[in-house]
Parts: sequence; structure tokens; C-alpha cells
Amino acid sequence: MPIHDHGYARYQGTRTPPGRAWAVIAGAGIRGMLSARPFLFVLLFAWLQFFVRAVMLYLAANVPQADVIAPSPATFREFFDQQGFFVFVVAVYVGAGLLANDRRANALQIYLSKPLTRIEYIAGKLAVVMAFLAFVTWVPALLLLGLQAMFTGSLAFVREHAFLIPAITLFGFLQVLLASITMLALSSLSTSARYVGMLYAGAVIFSEAVFQTLRGVTGGTGLSWVSFGASLAQVGDVIFRVEPRYDTPWGVSLLAVGFVIALSAWVLARRVRGVEIVT
Amino acid sequence: MDATTQDAATGNAAGGFAGDRPPVARLEAVTVSYGRSHALQSVDAVFPSGAVGLLGPNGAGKSTLLKTLLGFVRPDGGRMQVLGMDVVDRPLDIRARLGYMPESDAHIPGINAVTFVAYCGRLAGLPAADAMQRAHAVLQYVGLGEARYRAVDTYSTGMKQRIKLAQALVHDPDLLFLDEPTNGMDPRGREEMLALIRDLAQRKGVNVILSSHVLPDVETACDRVVVLHQGRVVAQGPIAELKGQSRRAFELRVKGDVARFVSGLRDAGVECHDTDDDVMRVLIGEDRGARDLFALAVRHDVQVRHLRPSVQTLEDVFAKAIGES
Repeated sequence: MPIHDHGYARYQGTRTPPGRAWAVIAGAGIRGMLSARPFLFVLLFAWLQFFVRAVMLYLAANVPQADVIAPSPATFREFFDQQGFFVFVVAVYVGAGLLANDRRANALQIYLSKPLTRIEYIAGKLAVVMAFLAFVTWVPALLLLGLQAMFTGSLAFVREHAFLIPAITLFGFLQVLLASITMLALSSLSTSARYVGMLYAGAVIFSEAVFQTLRGVTGGTGLSWVSFGASLAQVGDVIFRVEPRYDTPWGVSLLAVGFVIALSAWVLARRVRGVEIVT
Repeated sequence: MDATTQDAATGNAAGGFAGDRPPVARLEAVTVSYGRSHALQSVDAVFPSGAVGLLGPNGAGKSTLLKTLLGFVRPDGGRMQVLGMDVVDRPLDIRARLGYMPESDAHIPGINAVTFVAYCGRLAGLPAADAMQRAHAVLQYVGLGEARYRAVDTYSTGMKQRIKLAQALVHDPDLLFLDEPTNGMDPRGREEMLALIRDLAQRKGVNVILSSHVLPDVETACDRVVVLHQGRVVAQGPIAELKGQSRRAFELRVKGDVARFVSGLRDAGVECHDTDDDVMRVLIGEDRGARDLFALAVRHDVQVRHLRPSVQTLEDVFAKAIGES
């Protein structure tokens, strides 16, 4: 169209067939977050543990006296445990406003009037949170495994613990999915990102507090399934083939995690609609 | 449902579609309920190509009808087609060719206007470069060229109405659903919005369904109308035909017992509406005239102080349709 023509003209170009809008939503969300400088600092801090552990791997590979810090499957399990704080922070920072802000601005009507389904919309939003959470958990964990091989100049450790790559991937996915979908479900319940953040923190802290109270009362950890953090940790221990930390059967912990994910998916399916129906 | 309504609904005869083009939307016995409340009750309607007004008082079911055609609301029964496609079977194909301007404020938060409109274009399947180019063009077209780099959150009500139109247009839809597009606009902005709608429908080949409770807006922008009342279609067809429906209009002012006179008029089958001042509008059958009004005045012992032939307005049609329902 010539620059001087300010009239409306029919579009003659190509169109992408329906089904790819989720990638547009995800791309826009990721770019939006990366343009916020404070968030870049959060990401940088989230990688601090990676740098520390990279140095430890280097020392273990090159300094004979540093045998005590030689890596084991537990090293990677601990890495995920310690990244838990940043999973929380990033989930709140990225996810709290994803749906809440759209709901506040009535954006759902705009989105769903385009050729995209509710599932695509949710998938796009979910991809934003999951991408950043994977960036602070799964990506550095795999990189650490790669660095270990690089520093030692041998694939012996990776071969000896061949389950680590699927374990890192599976647990990383479970941790990221649980945090992302829970956060999105809470975000769909409100129009205030701040309130959603507090709600998420409350849910995490409350379920942990209930578990610790029950632990004190019963003297055992068989009721760890009431805390979704504890349930995830228990499943993680099994995935990484380390001694499970609680008495709860891991199947029960897995069920608890599955229940939270299913509940969140149900909430999202109920709340993400083009029209709010009050009956 | 009167004769014109029947014609329009079946798509036959003079009251049917515009030219030979197929209708852009068709509803057959569509019922929508929210719990126990029936928003639409067995609605049969045809929206021919061009600009069609969807008229009705607040709560008549206009927005529900649009949202049902968009696939936001699942009907309890009935069939719907938009652009020849079944709404239930092919909602995405329909939405790819459709633009929707919602009634309430709606935007993607935290971004400027051109980014917002381009993003909507991308969601509708346009490549990134084309979406951005069209976003600039469409924002110029709706009169937001100078403000396109401002955050949408800072826009005035009138500007928000325009940007809602821009996001609905960016992917070049064949059909536009406009839900109360002039809400909250000042008189000049309203005129400009209606001019845009007319231009789209008459010169750009974009079909428009304009939902509004403001009768002059519909009369200005549309050639045809579907009137909804309490979830039912009470009239539909070309506005000109509905207005010319075998009735003659008069402005009338009388002195005397006005209440008794009005009652007498109604008993005699004359339709009578109050206006803002002391002049009433009366509508009588085509076979009757001013002489009959004088005779009725004499019979009810009132003096006729003012009697002037008038033309039927859409308001008369609307009032009649709602009154009959």
C-alpha cells in the first residue's frame, strides 16, 4: 500500500491456517517479559547456583583433593531442590498476571474472537511460564551434566548414570508443569496479579504448614501428600533414584501432584471463556 | 411476524436478501438459556449481505445473539450458519473471516496501539510483517494514526471504541460484528464512527451486523434491520419497507381531555405515541387520513390545534414491533 493511501484496503496476502496462534501468544509473552529489566536480574540470580555448581564440577574434575564434591545423581536432585525458590519467584513474576491482566482488560473476548481455541490460548500462556521455568531448571541441569563431561573429558559419568538425562527431563517437566498450571489456574480466578501472587504463595505455604503440623502431631511423614511441594519432592526422589525423604508411598505423592494438575486444568477450562456466564 | 418479516426470514420476494448474494448469517430456531433465564427463544433470523442493524432494547438478547454466532455461547437448540458455514462445526474457519468489536472495553494490556492491533492480526493468521503494515493502515483509517504509539490503557473512551474497531478490521474480515460501537462517544466521534461503518459496508465490501439500542445509529448506517425483544425476533427486513408498511404518520396536538382522546384513538385502531413535547405521533392505516382524525377529535370533544403529516421513522417501526410482541 502506498504511504499516502490512508484508506482501508482489502488484504491480498497469505494467512496461516488456524492452530498456530498459541505460538504467537507464547512469543509475545516471552518477548514482553524479556523487555522488563528487573525480570532479567531475577533470571540472572536464578542461574547463580548453576555457576557455583559449574565451578564445583570443574574443581572435582581437575583438583584431586576435591573428591568430596564429586558429582552424583543426588547432586542433580539437590540442584532441582535448591532451584525451588526461583521456580516460585519466576512462576509468580511471570504467571500471576498472565490471565488476571487479560481478564481485567476483557482481553479474552478479543483473543477468542480470533481463529484460536481456548486450549490454544491456555497453551500459549502456559508456554510462557513453562519456558522461563524450564530456563531456570531443566536447561541449567542439563548444561551441568554436559559441563561435567566436558571438564572430565569423559562420558563415563553420563554413561554410568544414563537415567539422569530422562530423570532431569521428566522431573524438570513435572516441576515446571505443576508450578505453571497452578499459577495459571489461580491467575484465571482474579483480575489482580498482586492478589494472584499472594494466593499462590498462600497455597504453597499453607499446604506446607498443614503438612508440618500433621508431621508434628503424628510424628511421621506419611501425610506428606497434603503439601504439593512435599509430594513433588517425594516423586523427585524416586525419579532420581535417591532415598525417598517421606514415608508416603510415592504413588500417593504422584497422585497428589496429578490431582493438583487436573484440578488446575479443570479451573482453567471453566474460567477461560469468551463470555462470563453468571447464573 | 408480519409479511415483510416472513419474506426476509425465508429469503424470498422483495423482503429477502440484498441482490443475489447469500445471507452472511442465518439462525433457525436458536434458543439460548443462562440457567433459568432464556436469552434467546427460538430465534429465526436472516442477515443478508450489506449492513444489517440488530436492534432491541437493553436485555433483548442482541449481545447474546452475536456471542452465539461467534461460538462463545453454546445454544440449547437450533442451527446457525455464518458465511455459509455451520457455527458448531467450523467455528475457527468462521472466526478467521470475521471481526468482532465487543461492547465492553477490551484490549490487550500493557502494549501500545499499533503493537496491539498487529498482535491481533497475527492471532488471526497474518504474517508478522503484513500484520504490522495493516495495523498502521487500519489505525490511520479509524482515525488513530497520531496516537498509534500510545499505550491503549491511556486512551479515552472514544479512542478505545476506535481501537476495538481497528483490531476487528486488521485481518480484513468479510463480516464484522459491531456491538454498540458508538457507546460513550461524543457526537462528532459518533458521526465519524457511523461514517466508517457506512464506508466499510458500502464501499469496502465488508458485511456488517451492527447491534445497537440507538435507533438513529442503525438508521444511519444500515439498510436492513432485525428487531429483537425479550429474546425473540419481532421484525426484520429492509428499513425502507418496514417504514413504509401501509401506515400514515401524523403529528397531532389537541386541547381538551387528552387522555380520553388517546384512549378513543386506540379504541379506533389508531396507534399513538407520546413525544418529548406536547405533540403526539399517530399512525393510521393507509386507507384512512386526516379527516378521520378530525372526526375522532369531534367525537371526543377535543380541539385539534396542530396536525401535520409526517413520515414513519424507525422508531415507529420499533415501537410497533415491540408493542405487538
